[in-house]
Amino acid sequence: MIFFNYFIFPGFLFTAVIGMLASWVDRKVTARVQWRQGPPWYQSFADFIKLLGKEVIVPRQNRRLFLVAPLLALASVTVVATLLGRSMLRPQESFLGDLIVVIYLLTIPATALILGASASANPLASVGASREIKLVLSYELPFLLSMAIVILKSGGLIRINDIIRYQMVNGSILSSASGAVAFVAAILCMQAKLGFVPFDMSEAEQEIMAGALIEYSGAPLAIFKLTKQMLLVVLPIFLISLFWANNLSVMWVILKYVILLVIIILIKNTNPRVKIDQATRFFWGPMTVICIIGVILALIGY
Amino acid sequence: MSHKVVIPIGPYHPLQEEPEFFRLYVEGEKVVDIDIVIGYVHRGIEQLSETKHFDQVAFLVERICGICSTSHPFAYVNAIDDLTKVEVPQRALYIRTIIAELERIHSHLLWLGLAGHFIGYNTVWMWSWKYREPVLDIFELISGNRNHYAMMKPGGVRRDIKEEDIPRIKKCVDDLVPILNMFKGAVMDDPVIQARTKGVGVLTKQQAIAYSAVGPTARASGVKIDVRKDHPYGAYNFLDWNIITQEDGDVFAKLIVRVLEMYESIKIIRQCLDKMPKGPIDANLKDIPEGEGIGHIEAPRGECFHYIRSDGTNRPIRHKIRAPSYMNVASNKVSAVGGTISDAAITLAAVDPCYCCTERVAVFNKGSDKKILNGWDLIKLSQEKTEKLRKEIFNK
Repeated sequence: MIFFNYFIFPGFLFTAVIGMLASWVDRKVTARVQWRQGPPWYQSFADFIKLLGKEVIVPRQNRRLFLVAPLLALASVTVVATLLGRSMLRPQESFLGDLIVVIYLLTIPATALILGASASANPLASVGASREIKLVLSYELPFLLSMAIVILKSGGLIRINDIIRYQMVNGSILSSASGAVAFVAAILCMQAKLGFVPFDMSEAEQEIMAGALIEYSGAPLAIFKLTKQMLLVVLPIFLISLFWANNLSVMWVILKYVILLVIIILIKNTNPRVKIDQATRFFWGPMTVICIIGVILALIGY
Repeated sequence: MSHKVVIPIGPYHPLQEEPEFFRLYVEGEKVVDIDIVIGYVHRGIEQLSETKHFDQVAFLVERICGICSTSHPFAYVNAIDDLTKVEVPQRALYIRTIIAELERIHSHLLWLGLAGHFIGYNTVWMWSWKYREPVLDIFELISGNRNHYAMMKPGGVRRDIKEEDIPRIKKCVDDLVPILNMFKGAVMDDPVIQARTKGVGVLTKQQAIAYSAVGPTARASGVKIDVRKDHPYGAYNFLDWNIITQEDGDVFAKLIVRVLEMYESIKIIRQCLDKMPKGPIDANLKDIPEGEGIGHIEAPRGECFHYIRSDGTNRPIRHKIRAPSYMNVASNKVSAVGGTISDAAITLAAVDPCYCCTERVAVFNKGSDKKILNGWDLIKLSQEKTEKLRKEIFNK
């Protein structure tokens, strides 16, 4: 059973398939916004299979780290997907503090990207890696603060399923003032975690030619891309279960997921890429201030 | 402690559509110095021009650039008209002006799209290229071609603009105004775009003059130069329009100059269509006498200069071309230094560089041990490679 959970549903295979479909929705909507045709629905699958068949070129500086990094990213996202799915479907098997484990695991894909980029010893990749480090440092602070608001609102719960059950009884956290503030901050942090415009500076193709990913090819590149696509499922579902879990029937979850996906795509298509210093200033400035106001609101009961 | 790293932009880079090489010396993200290497698309146009007769040269120089493809022929025919002192019919002057201004609109829209792409705003890219399409359709209507119009001819123009086409041209130009208003609102008032372009890649007025910047690059730095006013050609003398200048010299100022210039172009085209007299379109030039002529025009990117010398035969004995990007690209040496890598990407693009226009000469360092190959050597190399590949295939 546990193997089924990790590898088939709701872990690796299920999340990967949904993620590829979500990434197709992203590409298609983006294309339609830009008056293009867009790819057919199976494009992400075709891309993945094609990349698997390509030659893998490994820079000779640190071969092992270079190849382990994408697997590390994929494994962490798979574990997050499994934990989230199990806490929704089989709450009796979840453990206390899984929220904190998930928050930790969600930083691993970015860390793996930094490790892989540094292992390649390419100057453009090093610029990409340094940008990714700064970006992680920037968005983690408001992200953690918004998680703190959720914990405060729910009365100190750190088990995801407890937070979901609290919301089913007392209404979603999103409906309170502090919860709404935290949700907005969390969406923007999610955009940065996904590496989408306006926070895609670590891969900026026009400036540093894919940056952190520049030396990756073939299967490792496919795995990094797949990780990004799985994050496109895992992160919105994570936010839904923390902020918007008043009703978690299948139809509602799908509807809420699509709404979040549309928000992500719209932010992506109506903004230019910001510079890394501007991103840091944005997350440490206005976003952190908003989150601290949210924490205060939560403490006084709004 | 300083640790300099070289970030290469080019010769093959997804940013630029043409091969060129910027060597950015960076400390962290900060650009401390820049080397500019061009010369990858040198095609020997000037030499080629001396082997063609005067009518053919107009077609040849049209191929110098794919975007501002009427600028070079326009400057060339101005040079010939200057050489022969021919009286060009009024209608031809107006038609030349209309074509040049339509081209300015499509070139500026193209740049606007690319600028959006360079700062990662692909929606602006796709939208501005979509709205550029109707302008290309008008070119097709007038000349039969979307990009190489072949309208210019020494002493006149090759094709007339038909009376029945004028309403459609007017409608296209009228339709552009709300689109430009939309871009003005969406692009110029967007706080994130302002954050990316304001104060970035500043070229001060003194620097612009020192580097002899031309066109929108100079005008955005407050240098009020425009060949159309300073040395009127075509029908610009009979029309009412303004030179757009900005004082700041940053990328945002260049953006504003280009967007506002499109409004001026629309004004010019409308006046031309109303005022255009009837009559012949060609002075039927027969002989090119001995002598020399200079023609320069305001291309979308700045002053485009042509010099022609004739010895009385049917071929030029010297043809000198200077494209605007040649002056503007060099100004990156001051404007890109001091910013970050992200700034450099948009700063390098803000002069609207056109490398294949620029490259008139290739310089080789004879002292180095690199072998210089001439045309025959290259053909020989190519034949050897074909032979090698053939053998490999047969051996399999």
